Amino acid sequence: MDNHSLLFNAFVYLLAAVLAVPLSKRLGFGAVLGYLVAGVVIGPWGLGLIREAEAILHFAEFGVVLLLFAIGLELNPGRLWAMRKPILGLGAAQVIVTAAILTGIGIASGLNSSVAVVAAMGLSLSSTAMALQLLNERNLLPTPAGHSGFSVLLFQDIAVIPMLAVIPLLGVSTVDAASSGFDWLALLQAIAVIALIIIGGRFALRPVLRLIAATELREVFTAFSLLLVIGTALLMQAVGMSMALGAFLAGVLLAESEYRHALESDIEPFKGLLLGLFFIAVGMSIDFGILLREPMLIAGLALGLVAMKAIILFMLGRVYGLPARQLPLFALVLSQGGEFAFVLFGVAQSSGIFPATITDTLIVTVALSMLTTPLLMVINDKLIAPRLDRTPAPPMDEMEDQGHPVIIAGFGRFGQIIGRLLHANGIDATVLEHDPDHIETLRRFRFKVFYGDACRLDLLRAAGADSAKLLVIAIDEREGTLRLAELVRENFPHLQIISRAWDVAHVFELLEHGVCAYERETFEGALRLGEEALKQLGCTAWRAKQAAHRFRAHDEETLLEIYQHYHEDFDERIRISADARERLREIMQSDEIHLSTQADRDWVQASQAAIDKADTQ
Amino acid sequence: MSPRGREYLGTESKIMVYCAHLSIENSVINRAMRDAVRDLPQVDFRDLHELYPDFFINTATEQALLRNADLIVFQHPIYWYAAPAIFKHFMDTVLLHGFAYGPGGTALQGKDFLLAVSTGAPAEEYGSGGIHHYPLERLMLPIEQTVRFCGMRFMPPLVVHGGHGLPADVVAAHATRYRQLLEDYRPAG
Repeated sequence: MDNHSLLFNAFVYLLAAVLAVPLSKRLGFGAVLGYLVAGVVIGPWGLGLIREAEAILHFAEFGVVLLLFAIGLELNPGRLWAMRKPILGLGAAQVIVTAAILTGIGIASGLNSSVAVVAAMGLSLSSTAMALQLLNERNLLPTPAGHSGFSVLLFQDIAVIPMLAVIPLLGVSTVDAASSGFDWLALLQAIAVIALIIIGGRFALRPVLRLIAATELREVFTAFSLLLVIGTALLMQAVGMSMALGAFLAGVLLAESEYRHALESDIEPFKGLLLGLFFIAVGMSIDFGILLREPMLIAGLALGLVAMKAIILFMLGRVYGLPARQLPLFALVLSQGGEFAFVLFGVAQSSGIFPATITDTLIVTVALSMLTTPLLMVINDKLIAPRLDRTPAPPMDEMEDQGHPVIIAGFGRFGQIIGRLLHANGIDATVLEHDPDHIETLRRFRFKVFYGDACRLDLLRAAGADSAKLLVIAIDEREGTLRLAELVRENFPHLQIISRAWDVAHVFELLEHGVCAYERETFEGALRLGEEALKQLGCTAWRAKQAAHRFRAHDEETLLEIYQHYHEDFDERIRISADARERLREIMQSDEIHLSTQADRDWVQASQAAIDKADTQ
Repeated sequence: MSPRGREYLGTESKIMVYCAHLSIENSVINRAMRDAVRDLPQVDFRDLHELYPDFFINTATEQALLRNADLIVFQHPIYWYAAPAIFKHFMDTVLLHGFAYGPGGTALQGKDFLLAVSTGAPAEEYGSGGIHHYPLERLMLPIEQTVRFCGMRFMPPLVVHGGHGLPADVVAAHATRYRQLLEDYRPAG
């Protein structure tokens, strides 16, 4: 591909996506169907703008790899371990039962037995990209159906490895005998690579990430994130394993690191674009030639496959105790054939098991079955789910609240006091901090601190701003505080904001940004020390405390009084914020009027006399 | 404070309910009582610990509120034969010479005062033979005399005994009775 056609292709993809996806979403079909249709339209059987569908599909599979990495980031080893039962139970049952039944059907309809077995294995797999994207679009991943669906997909990703290993064994006589034996060396290599990923991910990655974060160059951090995923994927591919599985593993290992949210938000745009490209490529690769030649056969195969898989999933979901309301969703979202089928069928053809006609027929069938899923999901959303939702149990109860109620932005000397107080009272907060050195220290004290600039919308979202209740702004930068308050007010209006403030002018600006509580960072400390000064001068502790209380109340009152004039005039606002010194004088004058009770004057005279007396001695 | 229209409407009353409890969030009876009365239009409900967590009571504000009330209610559990400490501090810093007593100290004259209290022990423990030995009325003498000293009328206290582990229906009935009492209240004269 020369430069011109590369840019031209990129232009076509982006244009197709930008036109088709919003249209599809507006019509209620979701983004995935939009991409698929866009692929059909620009592909060889549509306008023919792009011809190299297979190469693109290969490239875009990296979107699936990034998707799995991102999912890994959400799942720390503990949570993954907790999912072992559904993965090994429901996941294994789905693959085995589906493959067995499909094999039976294949043999019954006269296929040779190894063709039937390989076809059945490939068709038993679902599309990770499709299913996860559809669940994600609907925010359904945290539901029981989402969890189970994910478990099944994860098992399938793992099952691909032995399947790929078995296919050459079935390829009778065509391949030379030496390579069809079981390859122990390959197995050892695979184990070594996985061990390398686990050990490296656990011990080496965090210091490296810290070094890179310390450069404070965001693009370098992004570059490293991509490098990490691509490197892991290549390593896995080199030993013949699923790239997606390797990326998933790397993600899981980083799920507990403080860089999780930063990695997530850096990967996000690439993941989205490449997944889109992947769906476009699937759309492009639907071979309408075969479809037109044998429309009934292909449609029958595709619909039969979807129906068969959906029924098996429905039954298994019921056996494994999924709530009845979620069974149709679970069954439909996994009912298609997946991208791994393309890979398996390719290998099967090259091992001489599949004649080319069967490969082509099955690939069209799988691609077509992928086209049905977004449509089935729309039917589920519009027709099936609303009916089932009339049953008493409210769907909200099924959702696990995975986010913390509080986000603390900035965990320096200010934020950590707040964090410690909350922590000591059993409230967990998600903490965002942008100084990597600082994070390392805090981690040693078992704080859950994440690296990143809190003023980035994607990071806030990744930190759970959509579900949190309270944001504590404690960052050490005056303007940043205001920027963050404004950003949050606009994008997460439900979130209550309390903020660290610098001075009176800053308080006014924070109030303008809808902050519901503030504290001037030096006020309480200075007041305490002022109280101490009174005590040192002979004032009783009680009286000093009362004086400090009175001062605070009066100061707050004065501040709010001045704030009432803040809106009177737009120019006035500028004058007021520029004129902090004048205001201080106002405040001090009103101190003289309000704070001088007779008792205080008596005390001032007495202590003055005491100081004078001490001086004269 | 906007003056209520008592002079014009004749029957309208203004009630200040002061309440304190060291952990109102865990209390059963006092929370039920609070929830029963605080939405009444004639009631101004003030939780002293909520308003003054550091005991810095705003004397001027509280005096203005008291001046305007017809009925003043102190609602609290009994701690060591008295109210929670913040009530005493409230009296020490608000019921001042020249306001509540002494020359010119007539702000509270003629108002009604109600004590709405809960005890941990059952009724029979208050009296000779019980662990608290004295009847509750006698233990409450200091507050009763404070009220008289300020020229207010000490109404018969509303008492609920055995506040820990009361059955839900008894709690609800008591709260309703409390609400009824305040709803039916009309200033004398």
